[in-house]
Amino acid sequence: MLPRGVIRRVVRRPAGAIGLGLTALFALTAAFAPRLAPFDPFSVDGPSLGRPSGRYPMGTDALGRDILSGIIHGARTAILVTGLVAVMVLVLGVLVGTTAGWLGGRIDDVLMRLTELFQVLPRFFLAIVVVALFGPGLNRLILVLGLTSWVLLARVVRAEVLSLREREFVEAASASGASGFRIVVREILPNALPVAVAYLGLVLAQVLLIESSLGFLGLGDPNVISWGAMASNAGQFARVAWWLPVFPGMAVVLAVLGLNLLADAVTDVLSGR
Amino acid sequence: MTRRYLVRRLLQVFPICAAILLVGFLLIHLAPGDPVLAVAGDSGDEQYYAEMRERFGLDRPLPVQLGIYAGKVVKGDFGVSYTRGRPAREVIAERVPASLLLATTALVVAVVVGIGFGVVAATRQRGILDVATSTVALGLYAAPVFWVGQLAVLFFALRLDWFPVQGMTSADRSGGGWHHILDVVHHLALPALVLASQEIGAISRLARSGLLDELGRDHIRTARAKGVRERSVLLKHAMRRALLPVVTVIGGRVGYFVSGAVVVEILFAWPGVAQLLVSSVQSRDIPIVLGIFFLVSLIVVIANLLTDLAYVWLDPRIRYR
Repeated sequence: MLPRGVIRRVVRRPAGAIGLGLTALFALTAAFAPRLAPFDPFSVDGPSLGRPSGRYPMGTDALGRDILSGIIHGARTAILVTGLVAVMVLVLGVLVGTTAGWLGGRIDDVLMRLTELFQVLPRFFLAIVVVALFGPGLNRLILVLGLTSWVLLARVVRAEVLSLREREFVEAASASGASGFRIVVREILPNALPVAVAYLGLVLAQVLLIESSLGFLGLGDPNVISWGAMASNAGQFARVAWWLPVFPGMAVVLAVLGLNLLADAVTDVLSGR
Repeated sequence: MTRRYLVRRLLQVFPICAAILLVGFLLIHLAPGDPVLAVAGDSGDEQYYAEMRERFGLDRPLPVQLGIYAGKVVKGDFGVSYTRGRPAREVIAERVPASLLLATTALVVAVVVGIGFGVVAATRQRGILDVATSTVALGLYAAPVFWVGQLAVLFFALRLDWFPVQGMTSADRSGGGWHHILDVVHHLALPALVLASQEIGAISRLARSGLLDELGRDHIRTARAKGVRERSVLLKHAMRRALLPVVTVIGGRVGYFVSGAVVVEILFAWPGVAQLLVSSVQSRDIPIVLGIFFLVSLIVVIANLLTDLAYVWLDPRIRYR
């Protein structure tokens, strides 16, 4: 979805390289979690509240579970949520943005009012309401975050379509008799998508923060390992085991920082800065 | 500011509030089980359920139900909390003062410190403070507020023992009066700083870029050429318009700020709305959860409105149709 030259120029910037590195680390950890993790994250045979050591680099929790293995497996949950939300956000954002920008007029007005509504809807609290009504679970969390996080993308894509519409190559395609649908798919989308992908990184960083915060409140899916839930379990032992609160939050920071830096770098490169 | 813009902007509030109500209503009806369970809990008897069905019109067609529900919510009637047996509004209202104290303190700290950092960074461009501010801002931007809070507790409360770890007051209530106020302030300091920290990054970055923009303009050069003191140039001539982006960022981040407040209240066991919210989710006390959702939505809508109005007031050049 991004032209090859863009990626090369992103990597040449220090912020872009760090961002891409962190994001790749995040994705690869999730992909190979069972092979990378030294222990089963649920197995309770380590020492209780063991200090970080050669065998347990990030220590163990109160039940003797290895923290490092938990964090490696937690990456899977994080990437599952962000990945599926990404697909939904991309589809909805591009659909709404392109429709509004291309058709304009009354439809544009209606879609933009809808965008304003979704902008003020407090996502974090909506997710909490959904947990209260439907019970905790990853599927509904993904659904509610995906359905409510597309606003930024829709706006960006709409602005891009509005400017692309007036360009010569679109007029040329139109003059040569191409249908509106064909022009959108062949001429507009390939040029609007890279910008959408750049902003997607920022949206996913927020989604990850929301997901981990819900986990911290104890409202995440109790059947999977998540960084937020690990941080939440740390609370009562912070006095005796500093490693419990330090590492899960650090994993969130690195993943979010990676997504933010990468998104910023791609946006800068695309806008020619 | 033209009156027409004002009226139109005020009128925009209503469809948005209506839509938020609709979202809440639809969720209740999409949830598994009889919707009466959502307003009356699952421990009532048949007679109680019949009464609640009647009261919320749950035996009527859906559009009528929506009308009844909307009428009740507008009056602040979210139903009866079934874990507490009292109107949800009452239960929520009791928790608001503590949350308000924490949130306003944090907001004031964030604005003062954020703008302060921004001014320092803008006047000493590329100095150590400028670079340090930008780096810290970037880090705080990426850090979940629970982690910042956990680190703050580890360092300032557990290691240095400067602040208490949790709560709003000490168990020891002797002394009263001033002693009590100082005790609350002592408990308030660390959570307020943690909550402020997530805004300080964003505010200082924007204050800096806003000021740098403004300081390069002609009217600033004129003021300097006339011999106006630098302090006065900065505070009187540049600040007003430089604050525009800061106002937008505070208004636009209200949702994040309130979410952060929930996390901070839970982390520090602050006796505010958040603890009520989380315990109500766990016990499925829906009237309370929805009541808090509507309250927060209203706060976000009003904050957005105030932001737009403040924008017009701060920059008289902006004219709205």
